[in-house]
Amino acid sequence: MIESTISQMLYGVSYGLLLFMLAAGLTLIFSMMGVLNFAHASFYMLGAYIAYQISAWAGFWPALVLAPLALFAIGALVERWGLRRVHKWGHVPELLFTFGLSYIIVELVQVIWGRPAVPYRVPAELDGPVDWLQRFDITFPEYRMFMMAVAIAMLVAIWLLLTRTRIGLVIQAALTHPQQVEALGHNVPRVFMLVFGGGSALAGLAGVVGGNAFVTEPAMAGTVGAIVFVVIVVGGMGSLAGAFIAALLIGLLESFGKVSDWSLAQMLSTLGMAVGPATPGYEVLTLTLAQVAPVLPYLVLVLILIVRPKGLLGTRED
Amino acid sequence: MNHLVPSWTRWLAVGAAAALVASSALAQTKGTPAKAAAAPPPQTVKIAYIDPMSGPFAGVGANLLKHFQFAVDAVNSQQLAGPGVKFEMASFDNKASPQETLTVLKQVIDQGIRYVAQGQGSGAALALIDAIDKHNERNPDQSILFLNYAAVDPDLTNSKCSFWHFRFDANTDMKMEALTTFIKDRPEVKNVFLINQNYSHGHQVSRVAKEQLARKRPDVKIVGDDLHPLGQVRDFSPYIAKMRAANADTIITGNWGPDLALLVRAARDAGLTANFYTYYGGVIGTPTAIGPAGENRMRMVAYWHPNIENNPGEKQYLEFKKRFGEEFYGISTYSGLTLLADAIKRTKSTDPLRVAYAMEGARFSGLNGEIEMRASDHQLLQPLWLVSWTRVGGVNRHDIEKTGFTWKTEAAFPTYVASQPTSCQMKRPARPS
Repeated sequence: MIESTISQMLYGVSYGLLLFMLAAGLTLIFSMMGVLNFAHASFYMLGAYIAYQISAWAGFWPALVLAPLALFAIGALVERWGLRRVHKWGHVPELLFTFGLSYIIVELVQVIWGRPAVPYRVPAELDGPVDWLQRFDITFPEYRMFMMAVAIAMLVAIWLLLTRTRIGLVIQAALTHPQQVEALGHNVPRVFMLVFGGGSALAGLAGVVGGNAFVTEPAMAGTVGAIVFVVIVVGGMGSLAGAFIAALLIGLLESFGKVSDWSLAQMLSTLGMAVGPATPGYEVLTLTLAQVAPVLPYLVLVLILIVRPKGLLGTRED
Repeated sequence: MNHLVPSWTRWLAVGAAAALVASSALAQTKGTPAKAAAAPPPQTVKIAYIDPMSGPFAGVGANLLKHFQFAVDAVNSQQLAGPGVKFEMASFDNKASPQETLTVLKQVIDQGIRYVAQGQGSGAALALIDAIDKHNERNPDQSILFLNYAAVDPDLTNSKCSFWHFRFDANTDMKMEALTTFIKDRPEVKNVFLINQNYSHGHQVSRVAKEQLARKRPDVKIVGDDLHPLGQVRDFSPYIAKMRAANADTIITGNWGPDLALLVRAARDAGLTANFYTYYGGVIGTPTAIGPAGENRMRMVAYWHPNIENNPGEKQYLEFKKRFGEEFYGISTYSGLTLLADAIKRTKSTDPLRVAYAMEGARFSGLNGEIEMRASDHQLLQPLWLVSWTRVGGVNRHDIEKTGFTWKTEAAFPTYVASQPTSCQMKRPARPS
């Protein structure tokens, strides 16, 4: 029992960390530029496809490095030649721009790689269960472990970059006081371009490690897109730490909620109340947690918006 | 992300639909209404393909449309529907949703299309059979015929059977019968875990599997019976952990498309050693996900596969693969259109009523052998195979999705074995003179 709980937890945490990798880029871009990037999940998909292509030519490890770089370039180009031009018309056109872009990317991917899933595989070195966990009778894929390590390394890297480097300080300053930063001689538009490129690269990195953990197909952007928005709203728009907590929360919720046979009827009967088909609302009471699991993240989203609109660790009141 | 901005997309869709309705209504008022009895048969028979062309099942939708296109080209080039009668596919996106299916059916009706092909999702099929029945009752001279090539809920040819519905796939009663007959003689099957999609088809698979296992192998324990949302699960590993905790040695699932591909992928990653018994292991993308890890462990019950003995469909398989670079597995599309063409040719009419009567009880030689459209419930009777995933070699020569693996016959069930009784009490309209 304890073994299965631990492995459920590990699955939850690894999925949560993948969500965090995605949410980190999105929330970074949002806090920096105020742009809610609808194309973010498409960059995730693009990262997976580019990684698939590179790994077909040169193997997984070059893909792990090159695909995020490619996404950085794509993101920077999109910012420089797309968003920056739309920016002067305000946030709604920016939103529409990224929304349209997400569709274009999906169509492009379908034109280049086709509609079916591509055979993007986990590298042979990481294919198999973790040995030391097996001694405790827990089978957990090595690749998931690797995924967690990448996410944590990324978290540490971003944190160091933002707090310990010159460029990080400029980014943080530009976040709140762009005019003053510009007056001090920094090229704020270029900082924006770097942030957008960087955020896209993070989405690309998530795609590289997520694409072969799951399935690389054109629908993959749509399936994670909604969840990532839940993560950043629950965590607090623009808060990295909040996104981290929310991503883990959603990951665990998904992992445990999905397979739980727990229901309200069960709870009532353990409290000593008789529940049978004659009880009013029997159909609702016998719904298992597993059956309502897909709604749970959105339920959390709605509750958070009601109780704490700025999110768990959000600072913005607007 | 679509969830966050449904309003405009929906309004756009409504706008587009309104425009379509308006334009087709205009077209109808301008032209003279079709008089089915008096007019000579039209030269082009349009067939509306109502299936997912967007969302998680888009890949499957697009691939099966190619199957239909392939069958249409065969009908047209060989004049199977008689001289001068051409088939044409028109595709409509139902986003795998029963509600959208009904919206789309209105467009189909407005465009005057009289033949509908649908298969992906018994939920949508149940909505269609009901709506088409009502439509045909109210508009007998505008009746529509429903070619169901893949929705396998047994109800469609039992309690909900309809004169206007013809099923070309084997239904869940038939498939599960073959599957459990195979399991009956396999002592290694002890703990069975059922995992299915939470909608009509998944419910039926779970119910029929439990019934038949209780009858044929009462010693088998059902250690799990999970239903998960259709097309929404990205990560099946929690379910796999549950299967492992329950000591499952056999998984039975009616999952299809990404829901199966992701399930087997998660099982592979977690090193689950259980055997899989599936309906749809051959659907596009799934063989790629199965890969080498599924060797001898992945099984499927199918109405055809490329390596059957004296394969009548081998030529079509190779042609399709060459033309589209994708696997040919959904031969029910081909059975459906060739039977339809034959009925049109025999009756020299494209009127669905006449054609439906001509299709009832028809026997013909299909890509999987001699097959028959049973008159009592409009269920196609065809042979079934139980196959396993094996390395390409010898008679198992057709490499599936470039995996180096293919399907091998483990057991063959001739038509008379694979058929199941029906409880259908069909109401038939008056036979045309």
